[in-house]
Amino acid sequence: MSSKPNKSINLYALTWRLPIIFWQFIFFVGPVLFMVAMSFFLVKNYRMTEAFEFVNWSKMLSRGYFWDSYWYTVTIAAISTICAMCIAFPAAFALAFRASESTRRWAIFLLIIPFFTSYLVRTFSWFVILSENGVVNGILGYIGLGPYTMLNTNFGTLVGYMTLTLPLVVILQTVTMANIDKTLIEAARNLGCKPLATIWQVIIPLSKTGLIIAAIFCFILSFGDFVAPFYLGGSQETTLPILILDTTKSGQQWPRAAVVAIMMMGTLFAIAFTGIALAYRKRKGQK
Amino acid sequence: MNTNRTLNVILGIYVALIFAFVFAPIIFSMIFSFNSQRFPTIPLGNFTTEWYAKILADPDVWEAALNSLIVSVSTAVIATFLGFCTAYSDFRYNFRFKGPYLALILLPPTIPLIIMALAMLAWFSKIGMSGQIYSIVIAHSVLTAPFAMAVIRLRLNQMDPDLESAAWNLGGSEWATMRHVIIPFCKPAILSGLFLTAAVSFDEFAVSWFVSGLNKTLPVIILEIVQGNIDPQVNAIGTFVFLISMTLVVLAQVFFASRQMKSMKS
Repeated sequence: MSSKPNKSINLYALTWRLPIIFWQFIFFVGPVLFMVAMSFFLVKNYRMTEAFEFVNWSKMLSRGYFWDSYWYTVTIAAISTICAMCIAFPAAFALAFRASESTRRWAIFLLIIPFFTSYLVRTFSWFVILSENGVVNGILGYIGLGPYTMLNTNFGTLVGYMTLTLPLVVILQTVTMANIDKTLIEAARNLGCKPLATIWQVIIPLSKTGLIIAAIFCFILSFGDFVAPFYLGGSQETTLPILILDTTKSGQQWPRAAVVAIMMMGTLFAIAFTGIALAYRKRKGQK
Repeated sequence: MNTNRTLNVILGIYVALIFAFVFAPIIFSMIFSFNSQRFPTIPLGNFTTEWYAKILADPDVWEAALNSLIVSVSTAVIATFLGFCTAYSDFRYNFRFKGPYLALILLPPTIPLIIMALAMLAWFSKIGMSGQIYSIVIAHSVLTAPFAMAVIRLRLNQMDPDLESAAWNLGGSEWATMRHVIIPFCKPAILSGLFLTAAVSFDEFAVSWFVSGLNKTLPVIILEIVQGNIDPQVNAIGTFVFLISMTLVVLAQVFFASRQMKSMKS
């Protein structure tokens, strides 16, 4: 990099540097800051008026239903994260250590496709598959089981979350574990470490950073998704995204929706920062 | 050794099950779109193209398809341009506040879409830009620029840093070097970025739904139909949406991978 002569700012440098600054300030920082400001506005006769009042905050945060919804969302997103991490792990382990380089590439290639492919339609498809007379109950019927109610339950919501998060979690776990120095695992084996102990004491600690990042992404995605709890969970329990949706779309109460949104962002930042701090914390005795 | 082989078989089946779970909704949606039953189950009903005939006769679907096309193409161009500028600035220059600068482009995907949707809706109303097709384009380019930036930045990583200086030493201006060296070098990544951002934009529904007003895109139409009841038309529209976005993502990956292969050989 020493051969780069230009540290000075000229027209050329600014041409590449400025577009994103302008664009994101107007259309990203602007909206987010305005949303924060909006949480202090008032709504009178269905019209929003600019003000600086704490009434939205005190109204929302004193309601039982807000906190019910808050803790439900945190809990179900945490359960979703644990499920996705556990379900993905054996698959990622197989792809990272047992599969050939080209199989691994193909697997990741295939998993990237659904991650970017209409989540909404996939959820609707689950809605049909899991319904009372759907495909799953149809198959179970042949072997004399069911029918089971899977929609409008937490199970339904979790199926939706897995649809959303599993491809990404498997990809991140696979890439992380594939990058581990294989000689360290060999060494552990040669020193008499049993396979399961190798996983717990060598592989997981070595891939800690990547695993925590996968978990953070999984939590963010589940925490912020309204489609799975709405269609597959049947809004039996109102999650925070559904609360935002209802408050914005039907109630015209944008400022109160903003309060919910800010609480969500605060929670996500707290969790992400804690996670990242854990991920990069050096273990005792490590340099 | 034998237990090892058994374990491999079990793990192989497990991986296959995961893939089955991930692809089941896509495959079933496609099957259901040709199935005569209103409430599809096993055994399947008769083959029909009724649902396709229905959506093809629906002017709302056509209008939404056109809107989706306009939105995803415009978004792809803007987001990839922004992504390229940022990736190049990051590659070429060191400057103060580089951390916040990069955070500015990389943060949006980590914020839940429903929150971005609310913030965008409120902000666009405030500045008088809500309910237009370009509102969706602007919102989507904020959300997708990081993907283009990441793809192009990875490509620039493979460029010999001396290549640029060599072009300067041979008398090329910075602008000429950009045009004749850097852009050609990044071309596969730029194409990959275009396809990827188009795919993400084509599928996005939360932000589109909030800011689109009456200019609905295909995912917004799907969202509205789904809110009513089970309607197999969704599977027909969905199959169409799947095919387009899968094609875009595959193209994005093919361009991304083609350059990796080349650089590995060299």
